[in-house]
Amino acid sequence: MTILVIAEHDGKTLAPATLNTVAAAAKIGGDINVLVAGQGIGAVAEAAAKIAGVAKVLVADNAAYAHQLPENVAPLVAELGKGYSHVLAAATSNGKNILPRVAAQLDVDQISEIISVVSADTFTRPIYAGNAIATVQSTAPVKVITVRATGFDPVAAEGGSAAVEAVAAVHDAGTSSFVGEELAKSDRPELTAAKIVVSGGRGMQNGDNFKHLYALADKLGAAVGASRAAVDAGFVPNDMQVGQTGKIVAPQLYIAVGISGAIQHLAGMKDSKVIVAINKDEEAPIFQVADYGLVADLFEAVPELEKLV
Amino acid sequence: MKVLVAVKRVVDYNVKVRVKADNSGVDLANVKMSMNPFCEIAVEEAVRLKEKGVATEIVVVSIGPTTAQEQLRTALALGADRAILVESAEDLTSLAVAKLLKAVVDKEQPQLVILGKQAIDSDNNQTGQMLAALTGYGQGTFASKVEVAGDKVAVTREVDGGAQTVSLSLPAIVTTDLRLNEPRYASLPNIMKAKKKPLEVLTPDALGVSTASTNKTLKVEAPAARSAGIKVKSVAELVEKLKNEAKVI
Repeated sequence: MTILVIAEHDGKTLAPATLNTVAAAAKIGGDINVLVAGQGIGAVAEAAAKIAGVAKVLVADNAAYAHQLPENVAPLVAELGKGYSHVLAAATSNGKNILPRVAAQLDVDQISEIISVVSADTFTRPIYAGNAIATVQSTAPVKVITVRATGFDPVAAEGGSAAVEAVAAVHDAGTSSFVGEELAKSDRPELTAAKIVVSGGRGMQNGDNFKHLYALADKLGAAVGASRAAVDAGFVPNDMQVGQTGKIVAPQLYIAVGISGAIQHLAGMKDSKVIVAINKDEEAPIFQVADYGLVADLFEAVPELEKLV
Repeated sequence: MKVLVAVKRVVDYNVKVRVKADNSGVDLANVKMSMNPFCEIAVEEAVRLKEKGVATEIVVVSIGPTTAQEQLRTALALGADRAILVESAEDLTSLAVAKLLKAVVDKEQPQLVILGKQAIDSDNNQTGQMLAALTGYGQGTFASKVEVAGDKVAVTREVDGGAQTVSLSLPAIVTTDLRLNEPRYASLPNIMKAKKKPLEVLTPDALGVSTASTNKTLKVEAPAARSAGIKVKSVAELVEKLKNEAKVI
C-alpha cells in the first residue's frame, strides 16, 4: 500500500493540517508520498520533505496549479492517484473543493471528513452535524478520503528526509481563472490550529463588541471564532465561523461567549478538551456541553476574566 | 439562459435525529422532512437571476423517493418553472447522484447548475464537485456571490482564509454557501400555482445510469456523549478552576 497525501499550503508555507492528514495516512499504514501542487512552491516542498514518516515528495510546479484551481489540480491528482491505494487530503476548503472532483474522475465514492481509521478500508465519520457517527467501508481500488484534522494528532513537522521528485504533467482545462482574494490578516493564531479559542455569538450584539474578545484572546494567546448567528448578523467575517459548515476546532480550551449552543455550532467545537460557556441565559443549551458554565452578563464577565488570567 | 437547480429532501434542520437501536442508521420514521437549507439558497439564487433577466428558465431537479415531490413543489412555489424527479428509493451516494444529474444536464443543457454545498444529513460536500468533474465544467463552490456576465460567471467563494473570486466559462457549476442570499418564503397564491406546474418523473434506469457504490455503511452509532460540567459562581472561581483543576491556562 502506498498513500498519496495532498499537501495543504498557500504557495509559501505548508499548512499544519497537512501534518494531521499524514497522521491519518500513518494510521492506515504503508508508504506515504506527499504531492505539492502549485507555482513557485520550492519552500513548501522542502517543508513537506522534512515531515516525519514521508517517503517521497512529488512537486508539480506550474502556473496552471497556482491558486489550486480544481479544474486543473484534480486531473493531476486523479492521474497520479491511479497508482496509489489511498488519496488523502485535509478537509479544508481546498481539500473539500478538489478531492470530490478527483474521486469522480477515478469513478469512486469519496469518504468525507474521517475522524478515525478502523482499518485500511474502514473509517468513521460524523453525519447529521455530528449527531451520529457512521462507520464506512470502501471497496474502491483507490480510496479517496478527506481527513478532519481534529481527529488526528499531527505528526512531527521535522525529522524526515524524503526524496523530492518533480512531476512534469501539466493539466490546464482553461475553464476557470483566478480573479482575486481577500484574506483576513491577523496576528492571532489560526483558528483550527490554536490551543485556545474564544468565540462570540449573537449575544455580542455587534461587531465592535468583539474587541472584548480580542483583548481576552490576546492575553491568552488565543484565536477568535464566532457562531453562525454572529457571522450571519454581519458582526464578523465568515472565516471566523465555527460549526458544522464552518471550521471544526478542537482546542485545549474553548470559551463560548454569548453563544446559545445551536446543534450546528456544537458540531464544530464539541471535541474541545475543556469548554467554558459564559451566557446570561441559564437555560442556554451550550451549558449542557460546557465543563464550566458561568451565568453572567458577558460585558462584565469578559473584561473581568481578561484582568484575572 | 437556462438554470438547473438540484435540491435534496432531508430531515428538517430543527430535528435532533436519533440513532436506531440496531445501529443500521438514524430513525427517520415520523420525522419532519424539508428541503436541504443549502438547496433553498440555490433555488433563491436562481429565482433572483431570473428576476434580473439573466435566467430565462429554471428547472429544478431532485434525486430521491416519491415524497421528494413535496420539495420540488416547494421549489416551484418559490419560482422554478418546471421540475424533474429522478425517482429512487435507495440511499444513493454522492457519486451516484452526480451521475444522475449529469444525465439530466445532458438532456436539459443548462448554462448554469446551482446546488447546495452540502446536505445536512450525509454532510458529504461532494455532489457539485463530482458533477463538475463528470461534465468537465468549471466549479465555483461555497459561493457567497454569483455574477453572470456574457459567457462567464464570477463566483466569490468562502474559503478558510477569507474570500476568493474565480471566473468560470459557462456552462458552469455553482454550489451555495450560507451567505449567498436569504431565501424567501413561498406565498399562498404561488403554492397554489405550483401545483399546476409540470413535474416529470424519471428513473435511473431510464437515464441509463448505474448507481452502484464503492462505499458501504457498516453501522451508525450515537457519538460519545459530553456531559454537562459544573456552574461556577464568579469569574474568579472560573479562573481558579481553569488554572488548577483543568490546567489549561
